[in-house]
Amino acid sequence: MSDTGLNLSPERIAYLKKVKLQKTATWLVRLLILVLIFALWELAARLKLIDAFITSQPSRMIKTLTNLYNAGDLFVHIGVTCLETIVGFIIGTLMGIFIAVLLWWSEFASRVLEPYLVVLNSLPKVALGPIFIIWIGAGPSAIIVMALAISLIVTILEMLNAFIRTDEEKIKLVETFGASRFQVFLKVVLPSNIPAMINALKVNVGLSWVGVITGEFLVSKAGLGYLIVYGGQVFQLDLVMTSVIILAIAAALMYQGVVLIEKKLVGNQAAQKHS
Amino acid sequence: MGEIVNVEKVGMKYQSLNGEINAIEDISFSVEKGEYVSIVGPSGCGKSTLLSIISGLLKATMGRVVIGGEEVLKNSDKVGYMLQKDHLFDWRTIYQNVVLGLEVRKILNDDNRRYAIELLKTYGLYEFKDKYPSQLSGGMRQRAALIRTLAVKPEILLLDEAFSALDYQTRLAVTEDIYSIIKNENKTAIMVTHDISESISMSDRVIVLSRRPAVVSSIHSIRFDCPKRTPLKCREDPNFREYFNTIWKELDVHV
Ligand SMILES: Nc1ncnc2c1ncn2[C@@H]1O[C@H](COP(=O)(O)OP(=O)(O)OP(=O)(O)O)[C@@H](O)[C@H]1O
Ligand SMILES: [Mg+2]
Repeated sequence: MSDTGLNLSPERIAYLKKVKLQKTATWLVRLLILVLIFALWELAARLKLIDAFITSQPSRMIKTLTNLYNAGDLFVHIGVTCLETIVGFIIGTLMGIFIAVLLWWSEFASRVLEPYLVVLNSLPKVALGPIFIIWIGAGPSAIIVMALAISLIVTILEMLNAFIRTDEEKIKLVETFGASRFQVFLKVVLPSNIPAMINALKVNVGLSWVGVITGEFLVSKAGLGYLIVYGGQVFQLDLVMTSVIILAIAAALMYQGVVLIEKKLVGNQAAQKHS
Repeated sequence: MGEIVNVEKVGMKYQSLNGEINAIEDISFSVEKGEYVSIVGPSGCGKSTLLSIISGLLKATMGRVVIGGEEVLKNSDKVGYMLQKDHLFDWRTIYQNVVLGLEVRKILNDDNRRYAIELLKTYGLYEFKDKYPSQLSGGMRQRAALIRTLAVKPEILLLDEAFSALDYQTRLAVTEDIYSIIKNENKTAIMVTHDISESISMSDRVIVLSRRPAVVSSIHSIRFDCPKRTPLKCREDPNFREYFNTIWKELDVHV
């Protein structure tokens, strides 16, 4: 189905126009909601309908933002948190996939380790925070380990499940050519699980943020999580709100990054299919 | 022409926690070079098991299989296997799919590449070599799957209900197509099917298996005197019905 042809029927043109209109409308309304929320917030605070001391207000948040920026702190905090998240995300994903491969390889190992994985998976990882701090020290490393603790087990379980569910007949097919276990993995299991892997990436981005912010709550001297905790302790809701919003934007951007990777990996194939 | 495949007193017992399944028992037959043999039998009687044993994918618990004078102990290079579905990988182009076996056997050299291209050309898929499987019709996909099997130059082809995933119309055309390719390439073929007509129309002999545990209940030689035999022509032959009835009754007794 391609619309690159020049001679489109009038019905087709009308349809495409409608789709485009709908898309524009969706975006407009989305934007409107955002503007409305902040406008009402500001208004309510100015009219003293709400107490800006405990709810903060957009204009004060902008002031906080400029203060942070002028002090040269803003990008330090954003940078620290983003770096921790990206490192945690990459290590968590790679290590998780690697361990899943090993467990797929050895049925015995996966059978032996299953109960351990289940227990670790259901354990609230925050409980491990103090242990990490004592073992690793109160610094970025402990925060990254916290992020790992949260994302790793989920990645392992999810990938292992995907690997195990690979079409048996496809595996039989390469085995009829005499494929070794390694070849089965390389030629069938890995390529047929690219979508599952991308899903794991998407879940991991979210989990890494959870891990890093939790970690920063516990130990840090810098980062968005630190700003939030600090702001809460000194009752500066402006700082808390500002940090939360920066956090939301950063998380959304990173998620979009993964979507971009997905398009590169899957989109290429789809594009070639229809060439 | 000599015998190329000897199945000697082969038996297979599957073990599982729920118990033992005696899938096949004491099966013996041999296949001549260039012959087309079909195996029919009630569903679940052990036909796929038998093919897997012949290919060396599965080890029989009794007896042995000899191919070209050598006992089959592991996956045999002389055997090409066609499964029920084409299983073309949708992340590979047709060409990349066709050379999959060469890649796995680590024999993807210029000669073999050229041979694969040659096969694609001969059987009309060359123009599609850079397309993805989803862009091909069911019949073309099946042909691509056969070329993938032929590319590793097997002497014997094993077909396990290789056409049953196709609709009836396509199926008739594809059997015609695949049959002529197999004959053209002078391959020996052993085909499992549950379609009696298909088995008669394509083979020189039909082996009928009993219900599980499967034994050979009878072997029928199929002879048509049409000069240039094709599956469709055979279906029109006056003797066709007779063969059909005989084998059908044979199967019916055991169902
Ligand atoms: N890996 C296995 N473990 C245990 N039992 C098995 C296994 N594979 C097959 N069986 C059993 O062995 C019997 C024969 O199976 P097989 O697949 O060879 O039969 P088939 O004739 O090919 O069946 P169908 O007509 O359905 O294709 C069946 O009862 C099946 O349940
Ligand atoms: Mg079967």
